[in-house]
Amino acid sequence: MRPFLYEKAADAAEAVHFFAQRAQAKYLGGGTNLVDLMRENIERPEIVIDVTGLSREIRDVDDGGLVIDAGTKNTTVASHRTVRERYPVLAQAILAGASAQIRNMATVGGNLMQRTRCYYFYDDAARCNKRERGKGCDAIEGFNRIHAILGASSHCVATHPSDMCVALAALDAIVYLEGPQGARHLRLVDLHRLPGDTPDIETELRAGELITAVEIPALPFAIRSTYRKVRDRSSYAFALVSVAAALDVDDKGNVRDVRLALGGVAHKPWRATAAEQALRGAPASEENFRRAAEAELKDAVGLAGNAFKIELAKRVIVNTLQKLAMESGAGS
Amino acid sequence: MTARTIHFTLNGAPVTADIKPHHNLVELLQTHFGLTGARESCGQGLCGCCTVLVDGRAVSGCLFLAVRIDGTEVVTIEGLDAGGKLNPMQEAFVETGAFQCGYCTPGFILMANQLLDAHPDPDDDQIRHYLSGNLCRCAAYPQIIDAVKLAAKKRKTIAA
Ligand SMILES: Cc1cc2nc3c(=O)[nH]c(=O)nc-3n(C[C@H](O)[C@H](O)[C@H](O)COP(=O)(O)OP(=O)(O)OC[C@H]3O[C@@H](n4cnc5c(N)ncnc54)[C@H](O)[C@@H]3O)c2cc1C
Ligand code: FES
Ligand code: FES
Repeated sequence: MRPFLYEKAADAAEAVHFFAQRAQAKYLGGGTNLVDLMRENIERPEIVIDVTGLSREIRDVDDGGLVIDAGTKNTTVASHRTVRERYPVLAQAILAGASAQIRNMATVGGNLMQRTRCYYFYDDAARCNKRERGKGCDAIEGFNRIHAILGASSHCVATHPSDMCVALAALDAIVYLEGPQGARHLRLVDLHRLPGDTPDIETELRAGELITAVEIPALPFAIRSTYRKVRDRSSYAFALVSVAAALDVDDKGNVRDVRLALGGVAHKPWRATAAEQALRGAPASEENFRRAAEAELKDAVGLAGNAFKIELAKRVIVNTLQKLAMESGAGS
Repeated sequence: MTARTIHFTLNGAPVTADIKPHHNLVELLQTHFGLTGARESCGQGLCGCCTVLVDGRAVSGCLFLAVRIDGTEVVTIEGLDAGGKLNPMQEAFVETGAFQCGYCTPGFILMANQLLDAHPDPDDDQIRHYLSGNLCRCAAYPQIIDAVKLAAKKRKTIAA
């Protein structure tokens, strides 16, 4: 690895202050993604600011929601009792990702900000518009099995690789930020961007902004929620397609409410709003689940290596909703 | 970039080292303390050969910056045979022949111990899932699963 400066921040204000000292600064969570990319010479910060010394609590909020500090380890979140009870989809999503060693190191902030696993992004001999704007994209005509089918552009077809973020997208999570211009917050679904013609700009974070916490609002029916991840082997691989879902079915068997998000399909965790809209108020039947999946994937575009993911995504949506409907005593 | 001095506990003993920010935990252990049990293979967090326990938790040493070791308690495979006696997991690996070249073995043993701490009586599926971050290029997997089960029995006998 090339040499760099290291500072450990005691609090958010200090972290933001350190960040402003150099042109090329990076916050450091567990380092499982940043250090990897620094070893590959893809990330080249002059200074790395360790933010794992900041508060890392998980606390209840009055309305029944939960606040998770950004420095909390992925393992801690997945094994937290309230998370497992109220938001099983989140615990399952985290445990579906990486290995025990990596989850022990990885933080919530780093997980949100982890970069794509596109092979061409990792290979500095390949062309990649993310690494160098305007260079071209070798994935579009190359090996693109793990690439996007929704929201991609002619400049970039990379996906956001996080499992945790898919659950957080479904749960309407809010991301808290602290930066040179003060504090603000964003909806998680608005944090990551679609590639457009600037795939190098991946999130709405402004220069120097630090993620300090994630809030998950109360969602009582999320006690019946689940994460389904389809990948090339049953453990320790990134998602080809994944689905985070929570389903609320009334006693007549109609969908009272639903949360649905997809992973492995886009440059950001993909909240399936079209499918949700198609489902609300409709009978919780396989037919309607299929119709909702069709609505969501209507504009999907497949590449040579990943067109199969369009049908796969539909099937995983239907299957996951069926399972939840079954558990709630409805469904067919 | 300037070196800094870190203080930590290594296999029970307080130690000090001067390191640079771009050194990782494997380099720290190998170059400063001659401990080669944690070794680098993939350098990408994939294989688990570099597994080390930091404050009781398994981490991948290849992606762990050495500066962050300051103030922690580190345990490596070399710290397991306290008082010259092998740990039950080490015994079980020997008795079942759960390795060929042995390159992956330190990582597997540390991880398998963590597994039994969390699940004293794991089934095959739990073992496979928990150890999925450890790769064995000699493919000693069937024997590794046997070893974990044997160690689970040994630990129970000791506890009883
Ligand atoms: C072998 C391997 C397999 C994996 N498999 C999976 C998988 O199946 N599913 C999955 O979801 N993930 C997987 N991962 C990715 C893993 O989840 C991420 O690497 C991890 O979550 C990143 O967290 P971190 O704290 O280590 O981040 P770091 O590496 O420390 O940081 C990542 C990025 O986030 C930025 N950052 C960190 N903290 C903050 C903050 N508070 N505010 C703003 N920016 C910040 C950093 O500057 C950096 O750009 C895998 C990783 C590896 C190495
Ligand atoms: S060398 Fe660290 S995981 Fe392979
Ligand atoms: S015994 Fe050779 S790599 Fe596992």
